[in-house]
Amino acid sequence: MANVTLRNVRKTYPGGFEAIKGVNVDVGDGQFCVLVGPSGCGKSTLLRMVAGLETVTGGEIDIGGRIVNQIEPADRDIAMVFQNYALYPHMSVFNNMAYGLRNRGMKEAEVKTRVDEAARVLELTSMLERKPRQLSGGQRQRVAMGRAIVRQPKVFLFDEPLSNLDAKLRIAMRVEIRKLQRRLNTTSIYVTHDQLEAMTLADILVVMNGGQVEQVGNPLAIYEKPATTFVASFIGAPPMNLMSTRPEEIRSQLAGSGAADAGILGIRPEDFVITDQTPADGVVLPLTVEAIERVGAETFIYGTRAQDEQRIAANPGELPPGEVIVRIPGSEAPPIGERIRVAAVRAKLHLFSGDGRTRIEA
Amino acid sequence: MVEEEGFRRYIAHIILWIGIAIVAFPVYIAFVASTQDNALIANGQMSLLPGGHFFEVYYQTIFVGTSGSTREPVGNMMLNSLVMALLIAVGKIAISIISAYAIVYFRFPFRMPIFWIIFITLMLPVEVRIYPTYKIVADLHMLDSYAGLALPLIASATATLLFRQFFMTVPDELLEASRIDGAGPLRFFWDTLLPLSRTNMAALFVILFILGWNQYLWPLLITTRDDMQTIQVGIRKMITTTDALTEWPIVMATAVLAMLPPVFVVVVMQKLFVRGLVETEK
Repeated sequence: MANVTLRNVRKTYPGGFEAIKGVNVDVGDGQFCVLVGPSGCGKSTLLRMVAGLETVTGGEIDIGGRIVNQIEPADRDIAMVFQNYALYPHMSVFNNMAYGLRNRGMKEAEVKTRVDEAARVLELTSMLERKPRQLSGGQRQRVAMGRAIVRQPKVFLFDEPLSNLDAKLRIAMRVEIRKLQRRLNTTSIYVTHDQLEAMTLADILVVMNGGQVEQVGNPLAIYEKPATTFVASFIGAPPMNLMSTRPEEIRSQLAGSGAADAGILGIRPEDFVITDQTPADGVVLPLTVEAIERVGAETFIYGTRAQDEQRIAANPGELPPGEVIVRIPGSEAPPIGERIRVAAVRAKLHLFSGDGRTRIEA
Repeated sequence: MVEEEGFRRYIAHIILWIGIAIVAFPVYIAFVASTQDNALIANGQMSLLPGGHFFEVYYQTIFVGTSGSTREPVGNMMLNSLVMALLIAVGKIAISIISAYAIVYFRFPFRMPIFWIIFITLMLPVEVRIYPTYKIVADLHMLDSYAGLALPLIASATATLLFRQFFMTVPDELLEASRIDGAGPLRFFWDTLLPLSRTNMAALFVILFILGWNQYLWPLLITTRDDMQTIQVGIRKMITTTDALTEWPIVMATAVLAMLPPVFVVVVMQKLFVRGLVETEK
């Protein structure tokens, strides 16, 4: 049971490359914290610094009230689940889980009790004598989890543990991880590049970009009020539609809404409705339907706006200039090539400064 | 594989049998000669079928030796060769796996220069450095000893290189998982790296044992006493006789005996080797 606090944590490699540029995060006892961001944003590096596998070049990492910067990984009271599981290939499942306990000089009877208990929880009891190579991906994943939980550490660290599994299994394991974490009530830090995983698992979501934290908070709060255009386009799939407010078409509709200094307008695909009316307060865009994606319960319409405009900022998953995604429920959609009008009400608009770094509340 | 029908298949088999015959015939001749009477061989009337002196010749070869030249029982020579080959194989594996571990997993000053120095010794086999090596071994009073036979051949760049390449394919996460599991460097080496290297060690052992067993020049130089002679040197000495007839049956029996340990090692280790290859672990 422990808090994990990162105070102005920095990582500069000997070559001068700054991977982590001062991160402050506070994970409360028993909370599930997810670090999310595109590849190369430093999230894995940050996790490995908490684990003690990377040195800390600035700031403090505090686990349960103890500064651990200089402490060996084995003595930090953490357990880690790796992306490729990192099971010892020559050891049986039982020995894989028992190894860390035996190294700490635990009595064999206690080791057996703990491993058996973990195996029971993870439904591995019938596989204890097998070698990792005789297991499926999902089973290996569970052994890796087992190796972490037998230690009963203060903190669990997960480094993209589900990315080697197929889509179905990933969802099942995601739910299992969350249930297990709730039951054990152990503070956890989880790294992923999958925003859906991040949204569903996190108590606290940390969105990272370029070695910096873009936004920290409750996942839904982040979804509803993204602090920057980066967060806006990274969290949510398909991404938020971002457009410049410069064209007269948009500027005129925003006028009077108290958003004169906004440079970028964001609207989530699901906040649009196809309508002929003009709402009292909001934005209407005329679109030409370019493509339709029907996935059953919902349909995505890819449309282009009448006038093209330049790209606004380099963001992940950003749409080509002038392209707008609209999400509508059901499978009824206008035919390709049709000109439609989509509207979003004022309350659903997100306004950002011209550089995309600041959210503007109307 | 696609089954070849009829004629083409027979052609292929005939070619393969010819190949086998070319390789096996000299071995067969050696065996036949080792069971004949020496006078018959000297007359040039050796038959192509095994003669009736098998037990007699092999008993004399193993326990008594030739009546002229070296007079050393071949059994003793085989023991010498065996000790030397085992020392070389085991010693090389032990030293190179440790040095590869140091080079791959530790950050110390001049790590890469040291690696390159080891690498460069690939270009310096015993034959090239034979005089200085002899001088050192002689100064250390290791002539006519097992240590003198094996030590200069133990330091091995090839094996170090091979283990280095293998260690670099072991995922870093295994080391990191070990660190989190509380295993120090020695523990990681012993509990994880060694078991993973098992198949590599088996393959290397086969190669190095045969290399050690077949050493000729070095043992010839540093052994002077007959009882320290290795079998490869012994055969050569048996053939050159000054005024007596070369005892061909004994020479041939020695040759056949010299073949047996490498064949045995290959046959035994091959099983382990192939099994290791099939169950790829990593």
